[in-house]
Amino acid sequence: MKTISVTINGKKLQVPENYTIIEAAKEIGIDIPALCYDPNLDKVGACRICVVEVEGARNLMAACTTPITEGMVISTESKNAVETRKEILRLLLDNHPNDCLVCNKAGECKLQEYAFKYDVKFRQHDGERRQAKVDNTNPYIHRDDSKCVLCGKCVRTCNKVEDRKVLSFGERGFETHIVADYDNLMADSSCVSCARCLAVCPVGALMDARTMGKARVWETTTEDVKCTVCEYGCDFELLKKNGKVYAVRAKSPVEGRPLCLKGRLSVDLTYNEEVQVPYVKKDGKFVEATWEEALGLGKLLSKLGK
Amino acid sequence: MELFRSHVLVCGGTGCTSSGCQKIIAKLDEQLEKHQLEKEVKVIKTGCFGLCEAGPIIVTYPEGAFYSRVEEKDVERITEEHLLKGRIVTDLLYKDAVIDGEIKSVDEVEFYKRQQRVALRNCGVINPESLEEYIAFDGYKALGKVLTEMKPEDVIDVIKRSGLRGRGGGGFPSGLKWDFTAKAEGDQKYVACNADEGDPGAFMDRSVLEGDPHVIVEAMAIAGYAVGADMGYVYIRAEYPIAVDRLDIAIKEARKAGLLGKNIFGTGFNFDMEIRLGAGAFVCGEETALINSIEGKRGMPRPRPPFPAVKGIWNKPTLLNNVETYANVPQIILNGADWFAGIGTEKSKGTKVFALGGKINNTGLVEIPMGTTLKEVIYDIGGGIPNGKAFKAVQTGGPSGGCIPADHLDTPIDYDNLIALGSMMGSGGMIVMDEDNCMVDIARFFLDFTVEESCGKCTPCREGTKRMLEILDRITEGKGELSDLDKLESLSKTIKTASLCGLGQTAPNPVLSTLHYFRHEYEAHVNDKKCPAGVCQELLQYVVIPELCKKCGICAKKCPVSCIDGVKGKEVYIIRQEDCVKCGACLEACPFKAIKKG
Repeated sequence: MKTISVTINGKKLQVPENYTIIEAAKEIGIDIPALCYDPNLDKVGACRICVVEVEGARNLMAACTTPITEGMVISTESKNAVETRKEILRLLLDNHPNDCLVCNKAGECKLQEYAFKYDVKFRQHDGERRQAKVDNTNPYIHRDDSKCVLCGKCVRTCNKVEDRKVLSFGERGFETHIVADYDNLMADSSCVSCARCLAVCPVGALMDARTMGKARVWETTTEDVKCTVCEYGCDFELLKKNGKVYAVRAKSPVEGRPLCLKGRLSVDLTYNEEVQVPYVKKDGKFVEATWEEALGLGKLLSKLGK
Repeated sequence: MELFRSHVLVCGGTGCTSSGCQKIIAKLDEQLEKHQLEKEVKVIKTGCFGLCEAGPIIVTYPEGAFYSRVEEKDVERITEEHLLKGRIVTDLLYKDAVIDGEIKSVDEVEFYKRQQRVALRNCGVINPESLEEYIAFDGYKALGKVLTEMKPEDVIDVIKRSGLRGRGGGGFPSGLKWDFTAKAEGDQKYVACNADEGDPGAFMDRSVLEGDPHVIVEAMAIAGYAVGADMGYVYIRAEYPIAVDRLDIAIKEARKAGLLGKNIFGTGFNFDMEIRLGAGAFVCGEETALINSIEGKRGMPRPRPPFPAVKGIWNKPTLLNNVETYANVPQIILNGADWFAGIGTEKSKGTKVFALGGKINNTGLVEIPMGTTLKEVIYDIGGGIPNGKAFKAVQTGGPSGGCIPADHLDTPIDYDNLIALGSMMGSGGMIVMDEDNCMVDIARFFLDFTVEESCGKCTPCREGTKRMLEILDRITEGKGELSDLDKLESLSKTIKTASLCGLGQTAPNPVLSTLHYFRHEYEAHVNDKKCPAGVCQELLQYVVIPELCKKCGICAKKCPVSCIDGVKGKEVYIIRQEDCVKCGACLEACPFKAIKKG
């Protein structure tokens, strides 16, 4: 691949010509804030947190979608870029519940991280806010629409698997929200609880229901494991508190790895020392199940005489 | 071929259709039959004449007699007097068509005299449902010329040299766009037409499609030849049923005549086209959202680059132009680049169609050479402001544009001048405001539109415009603070500089331009809690002037919420402000002008 030269924050570097600004910046360790960007997903340029100043450009440019060009001079933390970034963060906070104290995502929430980095605080206002609409009808997925920043990563990752495509955008403008099928509750949708969306959500809008209230991030240590249910071998993390595994978590589903509920439950059962009862969907309703049922082992076990 | 001694053109545009032209045509047919004139007089339903305010319109040829506001009952007289006996019915003519007793033909009327019709040349002239009539007015001649005498690069060269710029709002040089698409690599290319006209009050694209649909078919085929595409899509609002119908007829007729399809004019060039209906989302007029919508996806803009010329419909190179842009193309091919470049200003060539609306006498559609001043359009063509009111501002560019005050009325209209004034050409909406319009309320109106129509994809537009609207709502309710004006400016800056698409980037313009030119009105709302124009309900007060009150009690009788107290003949009446709903009924009812609003 041909390389071209760009200057980022005063530093000159050579990068492959098909890079975007955010990728080029990463090469020299500059992490440009971004909520909707994910190297494994299509680039959409939606959150606009990643806007940077490019010499000669009329407007600020989204670092995640703007391809670099020869001789481009970029400033990721110019006064204008930072002020704009702060105002966008403020706009997001204006429409976000001020409950970081009790939010399970605290400590690994991207919105929190950037608010801290740029010193942006919640402020009082009488304007409209997103409706608090917690959907915990799916025993594996805790969904809180009031925390959603509409980065759309969940939609994109869900749509990567051809026969899923459960999540999409509904309505528009300020009313825009993520919908499952025809704006159904998660339990009533065609969602198969694969957890792809949980793995990519940058805020507390989509969380693993089985980890809720168990531990804070800073009390948690992790260990990487691989699922062995099928040949894809999806990556998981064991979440430990005081050395004891209290939950497992799917890592981001990179190219070609679908993630699935069966895999997650298998890892859960294998490693979790406080494993919770599994649920399966029967006639459209989630019901408690035995592990044999949940993992589809019934016939195998009886054949093995167990 | 049948020959007629007289042609009666009846406007069949949307405006005249709503004011009853169908009934008039039926009545004309009936009357002509009654007087056995069917073989002598031909009735033609045309596209829009432009002067919608005076509809339904009938023009008869060869005289060019211009009848306006024709009612069904007038048809009998027009037929008997004019069509049968040859005596023009003067009292039914348009008001400016009779000057000092002398009858002026339609071309001599002030409204039309100063216009130059290129894009609208066939509107109100031919029957839009007749391929033959289009051909009789040089239709498909340009396509013939292009296919038989010109190479694709020659066509692009002509468009480039003509100086034609996109008429949908952005004003990007069309020739360059054609060139980019032609040079883009791809096994399949498309041409597309943006007919998703959405600015409030704008209806030029609609009128072209309703009045001259074949020009779009022809221009798109020319574009297809130039860029190497064999398929075209017209993305048109489903709310334009007449335009959709007529375009559909045009496509079918052209196909039947071999003007679309395989091997056009025996040259081996293939081109066909289809209509795609839009569901009315404003954002789908943005080119990348339009492409998503054509593909059946949610109408949300994509990041650019890649531009549609490189990756458009189904990721194939796509040439996307607006209706009015295409409508200029056949004329440029036939008359040459120099002819077109000879019209207009240095950087804005040709003509532009504007939809005149608001506080103006001649509401309707006008096409003027670029460089015509705002004053000429508003006063000479538009007939000025009704009821002797004072002009305050003109809004151009719809929700992306701004308000231009009286000091700048002598500005020649072109892309760059309007941008320099904080507004923009946009698709050509021109809304005139007078002293009774509150500029804060106007800004609020446009922002309300943007908030409603934001697609919700990017944060600055989705969240920012909503907060701006909330601030404006506050100001118009008298709850604003001076710091709100700074907040508006700061939010505007963020939205303009950081939004994903052109709609977001221009959404704050109505606020910024009114803040710039009419800051005193904002300050009056915020500091004095007064609306100088008397529009913002919450800031209004109706009070009885005691010295003028004759104690008649009429106001109290008219008040729908019984908030006016007094004793008839004995006590001056007083309006209880806390209960007043500010409907203004008392003000209208008082025979002694003893009630004031302020």
